[in-house]
Amino acid sequence: MAAQDSVVQRDLLTKSGNYMDPPLVNMKLAQDIFDVCRSMSLWPMTFGLACCAIEMMATGMARFDMARFGAEVFRPSPRQSDVMIVAGTVTKKMAPSVVRLYEQMPGPKWVIAMGNCAISGGPFKIKDNYNVIEGVDTLIPVDVYVPGCPPRPEGLLEGFFQLQRLITGKRWWPVAAEVEG
Amino acid sequence: MSAFVQQLLVLIVAAVAAMIWLGINALVWVYCERKFAGHIQRRPGPFEVGPHGALQPLIDGLKLMGKQLLTPDNADAILYWLAPILSMLPVLLLFLPIPYGPVLTGMDVNLGLLLILAFSSFNGLAVLLAGWSSNNKWGLLGAARAVSQTVAYEIPLLLVVLAVTFMTGTLSLTEITNMQAGHIGNWFIWKQPLAFLIFLVAMFGETNRAPFDLAEAESELTAGFHTEYSSMGFGLFFMAEYGYMVVMCSVCSVLFLGGYHGPFPGVDGWWWMLLKTFALLSFMVWVRWTYPRVRFDQLLNINWKWLLPLATFNLLATALILKL
Repeated sequence: MAAQDSVVQRDLLTKSGNYMDPPLVNMKLAQDIFDVCRSMSLWPMTFGLACCAIEMMATGMARFDMARFGAEVFRPSPRQSDVMIVAGTVTKKMAPSVVRLYEQMPGPKWVIAMGNCAISGGPFKIKDNYNVIEGVDTLIPVDVYVPGCPPRPEGLLEGFFQLQRLITGKRWWPVAAEVEG
Repeated sequence: MSAFVQQLLVLIVAAVAAMIWLGINALVWVYCERKFAGHIQRRPGPFEVGPHGALQPLIDGLKLMGKQLLTPDNADAILYWLAPILSMLPVLLLFLPIPYGPVLTGMDVNLGLLLILAFSSFNGLAVLLAGWSSNNKWGLLGAARAVSQTVAYEIPLLLVVLAVTFMTGTLSLTEITNMQAGHIGNWFIWKQPLAFLIFLVAMFGETNRAPFDLAEAESELTAGFHTEYSSMGFGLFFMAEYGYMVVMCSVCSVLFLGGYHGPFPGVDGWWWMLLKTFALLSFMVWVRWTYPRVRFDQLLNINWKWLLPLATFNLLATALILKL
C-alpha cells in the first residue's frame, strides 16, 4: 500500500493507522505477493462488544462460513491478529481497552467498524447520551465501515471483501446478484 | 575414514529430509485440521484460496513472515526469542530415528526410543521459557499449566513404553518394528491393548492438544504461553506443535501398529507407516473438534488416579507374564 510507504510519523494513531516501517528492500513484486497473502489470511481478534458480535459469530458458523476466505482463525491474542472487528457499542468505560488492544496489534493491521453503534453511536446518539462513544473512528483509524443494526453476516463478509480490495486494489470475488423484493 | 564420511553424508541428507518432511507435514495438517473442523461443524472450511483452499496454509505462513516482530517491554529478549527456536529444533532430531521404511531410517540408533522420549521433553522447557520470559501473566499461567501437565503425562507414557520394551528387550525402533513383522496378529496392540489406550490418551496430554490444551486455553488464558508472540515466533510454536503430533503418532504406530509392516505378509513398505501415522493424526484432529476442554483438576485427576495406576498395573502384569 502506498500509505505504508509515505507515513513517517512515529505514533501509532496516525490517520492511515496501518503503518509499518518502510521496507529495507522495496520490490514491487514481493510487496504485491505479501499484500495478496495478507488479504487472503485476515485473522480477526476474538473481540465482541455487543449484539453485533453475535452476527460476527454467525459469520464464522455453518451458513456463511468466512473460513472459506481464510478468515476464520479468530486469535484471542492481539499480537497474532490482523484485523480488529469493533462489533458493537463502544462505551466510555470500554474505550481505553479498545485503544490499548489496537495498539497491541503488530502491523500491518486493519479495523472494521461493524454496526451503527461502532460507526456513529447509532441509537445512542441522542442529546442525553452520557456513556457511549459516538463512532469508534474518534478513537482509532477505521478502514471499513459495515452499516446495519446489526449488519447481516453477508454484510460483514462484504466488509471483508472491501478490506481485501483496500489491501490489494482488486475485488477478488464475484458481486452477489440483486434480490428482488 | 570413508565410512565416516558416508555416515556424515547420510546424516546430512536425513536432517534435510526431516526439515522438508516437517514443513510438508505442518502445511498438510494445518490444512487438514481446518478442513476437518469445517466439515465437523457442517461448513466447507477454507475453500476459495487455491483449489478447495489448498493454498491457505502457505498463504498464512507467508503472511506470518510479513508481520511485525515485536518484543514486549520488560521481556527477557534473549530467552524470549530462544524459546520458539528451542521448541522447534528438537523436532527435527526426533524424526531421525523413526523407521519410515525398511531402508528409510534417518539414523538407526539402538537407543532411538530413549532419544525420542528425552528430546520430546524439551518442549516443556521451551514453553516454560516462553511463558516466563514474555513478562505476561497469561503467559506465565499457561507455562505453569503446560509444565505440570507434560511432567504428569510423561510418567504413564514412560511406563507404557517400558512395558513394550520389556517384551522386546530393545530400545531400537527398527528392531521393535521387525518383531511385529508377518501379519496383523503380530502387532503389539493385541498383546498390549491397555498400553495402547494409555499411550493414546497420554499423547494428547504430551502434545498439549484439545481436550488437554489447557496451556493455551483461549477462554481463560488469552492464548497461554504464546500470548505475546507475533509473526513467526508464533508460527514456530505452531509448527513445533504439529511436529510433535507427527512424532508421537509415528512412535505410536511403531510401538503398537507394526510400523511399516502391512496387515498381511508381502506388502510391507513406507506407505503403511504413512497410512497409520495419518490415521492417528486424523484421530487427534477429530477428538480436538469433538470434545470440549477438560478442567485442570479433571486433567490431573485423569492422569494421577487412572492412567498412572493402570500403567503401573500393566507394567507389573507384563513383567509377571514374561517371567512365567
